[in-house]
Amino acid sequence: MISIQNISKWYGTFQVLKNCSTEVAKGEVVVVCGPSGSGKSTLIKCVNALEPFQQGDVTVNGISVSDPKTDLPRLRSQIGMVFQHFELFPHMTVTENLTLAQIKVLGRSREEAGAKAHALLKRVGMEVHAEKFPGQLSGGQQQRVAIARGLAMDPIAMLFDEPTSALDPEMINEVLDVMVGLAHEGMTMMVVTHEMGFASKVANRVIFMDEGEIVEDAPTNDFFGKPRSERAQHFLSKILHH
Amino acid sequence: MFAGFDLDVIQRSLPYLFREGMTFTLTLTALAMSGGVVFGTLLAMMRLSSLGPLSWFAGGYVNLMRSIPLVLVIFWFYFLVPWIGGWIIGADRPIQVGAFWSSVITFTLFEAAYYCEIMRAGIQSIPRGQVSAGYALGLNYWQTMGKIVLPQAFRNMTPVLLTQTIILFQDTSLVYVLSITDFLGAASKVAQRDGRLIEMYLFVAVVYFIISFAASYSVRRLQARIAIVR
Repeated sequence: MISIQNISKWYGTFQVLKNCSTEVAKGEVVVVCGPSGSGKSTLIKCVNALEPFQQGDVTVNGISVSDPKTDLPRLRSQIGMVFQHFELFPHMTVTENLTLAQIKVLGRSREEAGAKAHALLKRVGMEVHAEKFPGQLSGGQQQRVAIARGLAMDPIAMLFDEPTSALDPEMINEVLDVMVGLAHEGMTMMVVTHEMGFASKVANRVIFMDEGEIVEDAPTNDFFGKPRSERAQHFLSKILHH
Repeated sequence: MFAGFDLDVIQRSLPYLFREGMTFTLTLTALAMSGGVVFGTLLAMMRLSSLGPLSWFAGGYVNLMRSIPLVLVIFWFYFLVPWIGGWIIGADRPIQVGAFWSSVITFTLFEAAYYCEIMRAGIQSIPRGQVSAGYALGLNYWQTMGKIVLPQAFRNMTPVLLTQTIILFQDTSLVYVLSITDFLGAASKVAQRDGRLIEMYLFVAVVYFIISFAASYSVRRLQARIAIVR
């Protein structure tokens, strides 16, 4: 479904992505991990062209994201994205956050969008906060709303860019629970995270990145059982032994 | 010093000063503010655009306007607007614009340069992630700007925009050089007619002070309230 083919990206002379290639099949959950600055967030943002890249291509259901003829807004509306810092719209209520793009992009009626928003808020346990503003919610609650906002567009895949790393520890699980639920329903997901528990529980594959390269791309059990590269072993030993 | 003061001249001319003069001043301020904010916001979006010519044009415009004294701009536009207007509609002679609309256009174009810089700061104060979130949902540039970035930018910048408007309110008195009957112009006409320069100019200063000070005070109160809500 998502196909990343040999993409490279430079900031000036600094190369942040080096010939990265991978595939995410329909219904697959792929976790992307690696030390900070390894390019994993940049890689995931290339999937919906939030970050431009200079070489290679990304296709979603066969449609190239770098082709100038592609209707990017249309393509992006089919891919949900959840950000590290939630990025809810602070001047809108929770419900308005969920209905804005449904109405503007998908052309749904206010009632239809509202009903969809209500159902999704219920699902992430946020229906009682529907009329609150994001600033009145905790980080975990905001992130659950952000996931619901992505789901409101009926996406064919969801991208998560470090969805729990800005959260207080006690709020991480409420967000991960929603994500695990999604994975079990067969949502196609690409998740940048350090949550190795989540990875081992629901990921089909783990991609390990370092210095802009995809160093390892292996089925979850293989990755945790016997990572081939030294860099991945080193990373795992640091992240798991705490 | 105040012995020879004739305060009665003020009272006698109050209806004229306010009904004619202040009405003009406030109308001009309101129109120039609305037009200036709209045009200034467009300029700010152009300035921040990744399209070279757009940002170059907006940058040049803002720097030009901010480098010329307002009085000169008023003079130039007063003589130029009829010609430009004629050229735009394809007439072979300058069109009749009138002092009022000429000054509205002048102040709109001039203040837009200042509102542009305020809105540019406002737009830049919105985290990049907000734009990303809008795009990621499939919103296009105009929708992301109109629904996400600009509402927040306006909200953050309201106190500064209003402060600039208070400056605009005082600046409108410069239309006096075109012999327009704004508040200062009206007072000046009475002053010349009755030979009561000191009384009238003192009164004008007091009125400008009271209005501007009260407005600044309200802006400060508003600022405090916005700070709490955020």
